Amino acid sequence: MSVPAATAEPRWVRWLLIAVALGFLALNLALPLAAVFVEAFRKGVAAYVAAIRDPDALSALRLTLTVAAIAVPLNIVIGLAASWAIAKFDFRFKPFLVTLIDLPFSVSPVVSGLVYVLVFGMQGWFGEWLRDNDLQVIFAVPGLVLATIFITFPFVARELLPLMEEQGRDEEEAALSLGASGLSTFWHVTLPNVRWGLLYGVLLCNARAMGEFGAVSVVSGHIRGKTNTMPLHIEILYNEYNFAAAFAVASLLAGLALVTLVLKSALEWRFAGQLAGRGH
Amino acid sequence: MASVALPMVASAPDSRQALGMRLGILQRQRSIIPGFGVTMGITVFALSVIVLIPLSAVFITSAGLGWDGFAATAFSRRALAAYRLSFGAAAAAAAINAVFGLITAWVLVRYDFTGKRLVSALVDLPFALPTAVAGIALTALYAPNGWIGRWLAPLGIDIGFTPRGVVVALIFVGLPFVVRTVEPVLADLGADVEEAAATLGASRLQTFVHVILPAISPALLTGCALAFARAVGEYGSVIFIAGNMPFRSEIAPLLIVVQLEQYNTGGATAIAATMLVISFVLLFGINLLQGWQRRLRTT
Repeated sequence: MSVPAATAEPRWVRWLLIAVALGFLALNLALPLAAVFVEAFRKGVAAYVAAIRDPDALSALRLTLTVAAIAVPLNIVIGLAASWAIAKFDFRFKPFLVTLIDLPFSVSPVVSGLVYVLVFGMQGWFGEWLRDNDLQVIFAVPGLVLATIFITFPFVARELLPLMEEQGRDEEEAALSLGASGLSTFWHVTLPNVRWGLLYGVLLCNARAMGEFGAVSVVSGHIRGKTNTMPLHIEILYNEYNFAAAFAVASLLAGLALVTLVLKSALEWRFAGQLAGRGH
Repeated sequence: MASVALPMVASAPDSRQALGMRLGILQRQRSIIPGFGVTMGITVFALSVIVLIPLSAVFITSAGLGWDGFAATAFSRRALAAYRLSFGAAAAAAAINAVFGLITAWVLVRYDFTGKRLVSALVDLPFALPTAVAGIALTALYAPNGWIGRWLAPLGIDIGFTPRGVVVALIFVGLPFVVRTVEPVLADLGADVEEAAATLGASRLQTFVHVILPAISPALLTGCALAFARAVGEYGSVIFIAGNMPFRSEIAPLLIVVQLEQYNTGGATAIAATMLVISFVLLFGINLLQGWQRRLRTT
């Protein structure tokens, strides 16, 4: 090791600290992860496959993919717009706007679902109007999508904003003064500069969107085969003491989490310099 | 026609100026970069429709309840017990994460060992693993007949279905916040101050306590505050392992769901409003902490 002896810990202290850290992570992170897969196969492979091929499980999978397929692209548009407006221009109340974008991070998921019940629910602000027009938001897909966008609102913007601020405006100004249009400047100059940061944000946004539980639980109504996303389906199976099936479905989401972690780590190692504040 | 067209041409800059003045509330300097109006418009529209207006519904609905109606649920004995558990367990989890998160960050920044990258990637697991999955996995471990619970039960230690289970779930949820906030600050810390301390005869422990810890404490505090704020509102990972007994192991977000299930939307809203106010105070505190941390890092 290149660390000079005077500022290095004795070998036994190093070993002890490494052992404590690894023990803590093994107990709190690795063990729960292992439990998901072990419990999923507790009743054998056939039961595992049956749990996943169950029509309710498949419809939950479809709904989860649908909700993410709507919420994530919308968040990309909002995140790109917000970080462009905030990073490329000067205006008052900028810190305030950034705080507002961060706001969903500090709201309990349950409250994030509740707010839409208050607005679109039966006794909510638009409840009567929606019913008269035969529209349904709560206990239907639109409610799930809204709650998911709320929860994941800051993810893309939070990743892009520091990156765009770091990169400044020189390249865009150069492209524009050479006659490029605003849109082609964005497409050919800004977007390539932030693409890895964008992908990073989208990864985290997607993981959260597909895994969100509290917020969608409040707006879903738990209608089997109709408004149950995968996390909600897991809850139902679990509460029916159908543990092996619950863990089988959970193992799919745990697999998604692992893929997310692998891609995220790959981005961090490969493109550390092109991600915001992660160059360590 | 020309006489009509001319004033229009002439008025175009005027109207742009007027618009500029109106936007001037927001925009300070003119820039050659286009798209401010569109992107700001999308941002403000989305923010209002998705976040701000729905959130305001909590306060407007609460105001409609009247003080007595509000307090009847928001400050009922059951609600107070739920707040106490949510905040107490979140604080306990943050404190435990402060110690072990700091050790983890230290080990990841300062030492080399095989599998370090894997361990580092694993730290982010709670960000990626859905909370419901974490919840049932932790319950499988800590229930009285679970992987770990069955060894603890004979010793008289119950974790699953008790407030201790809530703390275990919140440790899981908060861990990466502490590690990821402390790590970069620890990595940026120059070797010179530690060398100076060693030269002056300080022991390694003295250097840590008097030199390193003060330098990283704002980051550590920020990480704990982030973990705490997240833990207070956490729902999915907690409800499976908590047992959810009113007055004992029922967290505040669950009480909101219980009120909703009893069609007591007003009561649910009152509790939500109370939690939101506390969250906003926390957010304000975290912003102050982060500002302090930035100033310390730049000076």
